[in-house]
Amino acid sequence: MRGVYAGRPHAVLHRSFVALKTSNWFIIVTGFFEPLFYLLSFGLGLGGLIGAVTGPDGRPVSYAAFIAPALLATSAMNGAIYDATWNIFFKMRFAKLYDAMVATSLGTLDIALGEIAFALLRGLAYATAFTAVMYAMGLVHSAWGLLCIPAALVVAFGFAACGMAVTSYMKTFQQMDWITFILLPMFLFSATFYPITVYPEAIQILVRALPLWHGIALMRGLALGPPGPELLWDLLYFGVMIVIGLFVTARRLERLFMR
Amino acid sequence: MKRDSTHRNATGGGISAALKSVALENADGSLISARGLVKTFGQLRAVDGIDFSVGKGEAFGLLGPNGAGKSTAMRMVASVSKRTGGELSILGMDPSLRGPDIRAHLGVVPQEDNLDLEISVRENLVVYGRYFGLPFSYLRPKAEELIDFAQLREKAREKVDNLSGGMKRRLTIARALVNEPDILLLDEPTTGLDPQARHVLWDRLFRLKEAGVTLVITTHYMDEAEQLCDRLVVMDRGHIMAEGTPASLIREHSSREVVELRFGSGRNEGTAAAISAAGLLGEGDRVEVLPDRLLVYTQEGEATLARVVASGQRPITSLVRRSSLEDVFLRLTGRSLVE
Ligand SMILES: Nc1ncnc2c1ncn2[C@@H]1O[C@H](COP(=O)(O)OP(=O)(O)O)[C@@H](O)[C@H]1O
Ligand SMILES: [Mg+2]
Repeated sequence: MRGVYAGRPHAVLHRSFVALKTSNWFIIVTGFFEPLFYLLSFGLGLGGLIGAVTGPDGRPVSYAAFIAPALLATSAMNGAIYDATWNIFFKMRFAKLYDAMVATSLGTLDIALGEIAFALLRGLAYATAFTAVMYAMGLVHSAWGLLCIPAALVVAFGFAACGMAVTSYMKTFQQMDWITFILLPMFLFSATFYPITVYPEAIQILVRALPLWHGIALMRGLALGPPGPELLWDLLYFGVMIVIGLFVTARRLERLFMR
Repeated sequence: MKRDSTHRNATGGGISAALKSVALENADGSLISARGLVKTFGQLRAVDGIDFSVGKGEAFGLLGPNGAGKSTAMRMVASVSKRTGGELSILGMDPSLRGPDIRAHLGVVPQEDNLDLEISVRENLVVYGRYFGLPFSYLRPKAEELIDFAQLREKAREKVDNLSGGMKRRLTIARALVNEPDILLLDEPTTGLDPQARHVLWDRLFRLKEAGVTLVITTHYMDEAEQLCDRLVVMDRGHIMAEGTPASLIREHSSREVVELRFGSGRNEGTAAAISAAGLLGEGDRVEVLPDRLLVYTQEGEATLARVVASGQRPITSLVRRSSLEDVFLRLTGRSLVE
């Protein structure tokens, strides 16, 4: 550990906050509105046609209340992924930022943690704002609903860590587009807009392997309640993502910048 | 001339820093010690078994043509590149085990600037200092001191993207001093700068040298090596070809004086043979043919030139000068430094 961790990820995080004021705020703010527009158009628009659907505990809930937790998980993912992919790609391939960092007494794990922390903060910010919207629209039915915010932190952490790890392998803009290409179907098919039970058994297994599905199950359990012990599996899933993402990212930083 | 002006400037103010007393050193008292150091990239042996050591307060130079392995050696010392073989000890520590601990005591000026382009000059210094875990209370005044040192007072709030090449280089050097390093590593500090910018930089480096900072400098500029380095090694293709002070290298590997003769393209080769054959050279003298001129290495330049002219040879231009590091370089690496 001594060679890779100096206990200073906050110094890397500090750098991101200093650089924040020169970043494009328009792009940062629009990231929040995307899931909100889905909630308004599908939840209210389409929801009017559909009426009630069956919630996780078997009781009927409004369509908007059903999809809102899924969109909350998606907003946590989006915020984390935007930062951990495109911004990190730029820093890795063009900015020489990490060349400078590895020459200081930081370790690669400090850099990985600091950068991932910043990405997850963006996801957390989106998710917190979205949770507020859900409360304002009366879409949170459970007393556990506020736990959606710490849960969003875990979800964003998992996506940020794996997003940065994957980005470290990307060499061209075309390869980066693949990430977007994979995220869209994951968003559409992770039981976001309908219960997972509509799929045949084989497809269900596939969907249950997707990270966003676990994020959605977690949020739905907390927002519509009452949360059952199966949510611990979802948390474990993200725990594994976080550990693997961090480990791989630190290793890749060493490979790329300490040759 | 250059030397005088830089010395005069070096007395005014400057950085109090980098004066921290050092307790960290290798068992033999050196700060850097390399034995049989090797770095390979696939099949390529970029550094192929080099030995050197650098003592406290020394200005040590790595001189060599492009691709000699200078940067690779430097990056291993900077503890950002793992060695493939051999021994390396820096400040009494092994870089493959204690990278962050060693880097805490180093200042690094890489061959290519890697400043943080998204933030201002002042922010670059503070943010970089935070990477070393230094507190804001130390960094705020330190940043101001370094802004003055780098002569960037007017640009302190400017984004780094907007600076000239020379300004960026000075900021990179200032940034490397933020942790008051025991050793400052400079990889081609003045390459690509115009003469004015180079002189400003040399002046800054002289001040550091006078302040007792241990410097390791790579360069392919002879004048830079002669001015800044107390001791240097000449590298070529991953090997060390020679080691010594600039004066001792000249003494050992070149003659006292050099006569440069131009006979016009196509005639140099034949004339060289004629001069040797006619017995115009003194004991130990030798002639080297370059594409555009002949170099006669000799103890007595004027006398040798007189004998050549008396023998009937008519050079278009002739010049007698003292031997320089460049002559040593050409002798040892067999090629010109011109890229
Ligand atoms: N990261 C690397 N991967 C592969 N080859 C490298 C790498 N860095 C340097 N080299 C090669 O090693 C040799 C020495 O390079 P370098 O140390 O940069 O030389 P110098 O600094 O003396 O010009 C060169 O042939 C260069 O192409
Ligand atoms: Mg180099």
